[in-house]
Amino acid sequence: MGLEENLPNGILLASLEKVVNWARKNSLWPATFGLACCAIEMMTTGGSRYDIARFGMERFSATPRQADLMIVAGRVTQKMAPVLRQIYDQMAEPKWVLAMGVCASSGGMFNNYAVVQGVDHIVPVDMYLPGCPPRPEMLLDAILKLHAKIQDEPMGPRRAALRAASGERTEIIPSSVKYAKK
Amino acid sequence: MFDALKGFGVTFSNMFKKVATEEYPEIGAPAAPRYHGRHQLNRHPDGLEKCVGCELCAWACPADAIFVEGGDNTEEERYSPGERYGKDYQINYLRCIGCGLCVEACPTRSLTMINFYELADDNRQDLIYTKEDLLAPLLPGMEQPPHPMRLGDNEQDYYVNGPELARDRGVPSGETVETSEEKAMQ
Repeated sequence: MGLEENLPNGILLASLEKVVNWARKNSLWPATFGLACCAIEMMTTGGSRYDIARFGMERFSATPRQADLMIVAGRVTQKMAPVLRQIYDQMAEPKWVLAMGVCASSGGMFNNYAVVQGVDHIVPVDMYLPGCPPRPEMLLDAILKLHAKIQDEPMGPRRAALRAASGERTEIIPSSVKYAKK
Repeated sequence: MFDALKGFGVTFSNMFKKVATEEYPEIGAPAAPRYHGRHQLNRHPDGLEKCVGCELCAWACPADAIFVEGGDNTEEERYSPGERYGKDYQINYLRCIGCGLCVEACPTRSLTMINFYELADDNRQDLIYTKEDLLAPLLPGMEQPPHPMRLGDNEQDYYVNGPELARDRGVPSGETVETSEEKAMQ
């Protein structure tokens, strides 16, 4: 992803990977890509009732260069697709994509010639969030699941290859179970 | 000169007001009692499936999210009372818009919705829920199909005496087998 890829093997420790991933997941700045009704729920999630600031994400960035996470909220039309791809390309690495709602994830009920049948035809998607539109809790749940994935992300191509060979995957646990009060 | 202090005063007074934030992951997943969450395929009180494989839910679905394939019950292998059962049942949650038209279309009250909504996943394959994922858990007194009809001689007995059968199995009065499992979370 950056400098760490050029470091020789054996110098970076697994604990450094954990620290870097912890820092990345705790200040994940989203790029606003609100396209339809899902964006209303996304704005609600940023409001005081659901308070996305609790997860260090209150700074919805209007500039792609300062964003780490693109929340694609709403149906993507064929005309919007190149714009979306350009915004994604302008974001600095490391970057993640969250497909919010059924339309962004698969086209949803708009199975027609105007709508892209899933935003993963254009950009790599890290988390799919169903719902029409998903309620703010569902968005928070998807974000927390994405945080768990970021925490387990390997640093550098060698560690990534090792992880791919071991077949290890981050377990997707419902957030209300994972963070339940003991 | 005092304008700045006045402004800070507004901020300061908010420190003593009730916090509006809902502490979501810690307090569980709150939803209204009839919230349209994930689907559930219900069972008769003896564990036989209510789905008869009629495909009305798939026809009602405006997003084409449901796939149903019916199969014939035999005396040796019985999954539901009556002739047919849902052999294959899939709901694609990346298409489902949670409108509930499938629930309205279901003639046997087999398909209902529960409050669970934390569905997000990192691949499209896992979000196509199959029959194993959707079937209701076995409550006490229920038996995993296939097995013969335990509560009557034919399917008429199951449908006509449904509420009494449920009450005999310990479902409280005024509730159905379905609602006893979809209690709203506090």
